[in-house]
Amino acid sequence: MISDSFLNRLKDILGPSHVDHSEAGLLTYAYDATPNFQSKPDVVVMPGNTEEVSKIVKLCLEHEVPIVPRGSGTNLAAGTAPTQGGLVLLFNRMDQILEIDKENLTATVQPGVITQTICETVESQGLFYPPDPSSMKISTIGGNINENSGGLRGLKYGVTKDYILGLEVVLPNGDIIQTGGKLAKDVAGYDITKLLVGSEGTLGIVTEAILKLIPKPEHKQTLLAVYQSMDQAAETVSSIIAQKITPATLEFMDQPTIGAVEEYAHIGLPTEAEAVLLIEQDGPQAIVENDIEQIADICEKHGALEVTIAETEQEANQLREGRRAALSAIARLSPTTILEDATVPRSEIARMVQAINQIAEKYNVGIATFGHAGDGNLHPTCMTDARDEDEMERVEKAFEEIFAHAIECGGTITGEHGVGEMKSPYLAWKVGERGLEAMKNIKTAFDPHNIMNPGKMFAKDTKKRITI
Amino acid sequence: MSIQTDFQDRIEENELLNCMRCGFCLPACPTYIETQNEVHSPRGRIALMKAVRDGEIETYEQVEESLNVCLGCRACEPACPAGVNYGHMLEEALAIFNEHHQPSMKEKAARRTAFNHLFKNQKRMEQATSLLSFYQKSGLQKTTRKLGFMKLFPKHMQQMERVLPKMSKRKREPEAHFPAVGGVKATVAMFRGCLMDTLFRETNRSTIQLLNEAGCDVVVPDTQGCCGALHGHSGEKSGATDLAKKNIEAFESVDCDYIITNAGGCGAFLHDYDHLLQDDDEWSERAKAFVSKIVDFTTALVDLDFTEKSLNIENHRVTYQDSCHLRNVMGVSQAPRQLIHAVSGAHFIEMKKADHCCGSAGIYNLTQPEMSMQILDHKMESMMETNATTIITTNPGCLLQMRLGIEREGLTDSVRAVHLADYLLEALNHQ
Repeated sequence: MISDSFLNRLKDILGPSHVDHSEAGLLTYAYDATPNFQSKPDVVVMPGNTEEVSKIVKLCLEHEVPIVPRGSGTNLAAGTAPTQGGLVLLFNRMDQILEIDKENLTATVQPGVITQTICETVESQGLFYPPDPSSMKISTIGGNINENSGGLRGLKYGVTKDYILGLEVVLPNGDIIQTGGKLAKDVAGYDITKLLVGSEGTLGIVTEAILKLIPKPEHKQTLLAVYQSMDQAAETVSSIIAQKITPATLEFMDQPTIGAVEEYAHIGLPTEAEAVLLIEQDGPQAIVENDIEQIADICEKHGALEVTIAETEQEANQLREGRRAALSAIARLSPTTILEDATVPRSEIARMVQAINQIAEKYNVGIATFGHAGDGNLHPTCMTDARDEDEMERVEKAFEEIFAHAIECGGTITGEHGVGEMKSPYLAWKVGERGLEAMKNIKTAFDPHNIMNPGKMFAKDTKKRITI
Repeated sequence: MSIQTDFQDRIEENELLNCMRCGFCLPACPTYIETQNEVHSPRGRIALMKAVRDGEIETYEQVEESLNVCLGCRACEPACPAGVNYGHMLEEALAIFNEHHQPSMKEKAARRTAFNHLFKNQKRMEQATSLLSFYQKSGLQKTTRKLGFMKLFPKHMQQMERVLPKMSKRKREPEAHFPAVGGVKATVAMFRGCLMDTLFRETNRSTIQLLNEAGCDVVVPDTQGCCGALHGHSGEKSGATDLAKKNIEAFESVDCDYIITNAGGCGAFLHDYDHLLQDDDEWSERAKAFVSKIVDFTTALVDLDFTEKSLNIENHRVTYQDSCHLRNVMGVSQAPRQLIHAVSGAHFIEMKKADHCCGSAGIYNLTQPEMSMQILDHKMESMMETNATTIITTNPGCLLQMRLGIEREGLTDSVRAVHLADYLLEALNHQ
């Protein structure tokens, strides 16, 4: 609980209209997109600039009040759920694109800008910001930086961390620091920029960022291939990469997903098919056309039942429709949808998908898998009901086994959603006890009083590692 | 019964749980965009309804305020991956609050006049609008404007007064049958609506003429009344149910392939009659049969190849403002655009965020004037970027709101707002 004097001092710093502690306000900032982690904060604040953020942090440090920085609250691992109460920090008043620098190919932005707004703004000037998480229509760049968000274009273009050149950060003691700069090369000291990216709000508060931009690709083409077996689809993926072609996106859906999509959208997918690949290439027109032709050949060689190349943007949209509808189709089938992001090396995809289907059967839970085949980032998605305790227990066990399997294959427990609170009991499985210790030491060095997003990343106890 | 137990009985837990709080509704919600506050977002409102149901919130006024600020435009529904039926929950929640309310005497009287009196009874609506007609024609309107009498009212009410359409002199034709021109392709029944039948009677005539030209025999059942949307959206559920039954009966009396609407707001509410009456054993099947026949006039015209007709208006720039309920509830967004594209001389410029609500939303612009005007001003910014001289809509509320926007921006000399039916008739006659 926070005291009246704490509240009054917040109001002095921000003005009363930017401090919300109404019952409805606290309730609607009590959650993110993760099921079962609702917990009310004590206050919600909307700072307008970096100095105000710094003052808030100093005040919170003095009173030992937890701070949960929050973009649009789309996190899927309870990373932005205020599970220890405290203060939720919003950035909707810090939502400006400050500069687009065409000479250095950078954009300087405030944390509250919506990712899609950045993409549209730079693209209108012939530039390109590639990271494209599925939530980009509403997610903020501050959230993307703190979660090191991925997206569909990860295979060819990388993820958020590959496009952050510099940051302005308010540290947990209230100090304001600048890291990096408009520089391709900079080895002055530790790379704190990269350390902060993906730190899930546990080390400091990003208040400004310099993004790297690249020229916008001139042309794009889309292809859809349908397979009788998951193995054939996986071989196709490996073969495309072996031919030294790197598609912009390489997405797949498994049989349960195809079934759900077809039932929902009726777009003519063969429901007996075991896998569908959606492939896109971008770049100079001649190269794109050549690549897509080669990819089509490879698909056919590996036994694709059907290969469709879009001739127009409208046709491309129709081909994308199925993959785009995947989450909707699955989400409609049950009250609770749990979307995970176990990730494996590309070469292990077929094995992993098979394992997921066997695990789902073993625990008698419904799991459909789709995701980014190009970079091995899978989205096994569980259709369940949070009120059914018995089933929720089996769901948890199934996911534990999926995590263990992913690690066994040389993969990870999370490719792009983050650890948050939900996956914190499993972090040591991936990084090891010593690795976890090293991370905790970094956390303590930055935030000795543990006020920054406490309870996230590091769990009280690690789950007992299951062996396969 | 307490409010909480009513929520438990009448708002389905499954539907509330269906919201996975992914946040995909946020960029579609006009009030979230304006306020940047989760309290005024669809996922926030669902969380608040759930909190009432689960007994996790005590300050009901804050919940009610959040629901009242909602436009009810339902743009969140197509954006929702999980297919949550937000609109149905909103109406039920408003109805529950309304039933538990101790409204002030003044509010009671105003509601009684509007809902039990005016909208429920077509004759009274006509009398009220003939008063309006008298006021406009008699010169009284000019006098009151000159005297500045209207200055006593809030600014946007004065502007509203200026944009009300001139009443038609035309009496509603007594005959209820309008034969197709050429061969008969379909027999349709026309839902005339109450606002459309009074303030916009000319538009109803245009719609019937277009349908006739497209090969429809049109019948207009006489015992039909208001659709009940304004009641439903304001929590007056029992009034809405009475009207629904009356309309179903009226249309059962005629033999038709389709029931045609030309107002998105009414069409969507008629489209939801099966939900409204789902627990009524006597009426649920009849409601389903009624709903299966509801078709918007734009869909009907496109299906009947009206776009092949020779349509022409001299060179002009035109844009289209979606009716939220036509788009989000009836799922109609392409047909109106196809029809505008069929008019030679029309340079169609798609307005940014044409699919976002204009802030009219039934009587919202009267109950939440501040938010409504904020939304309208942003809408007009997008409109002006198109440089269009004609704005087309498919719903009377949107049409009045667009005219209000034009008036507020001082563009009355250069920009007009018209209903698509009137626009198409103009194009058809312009040979």
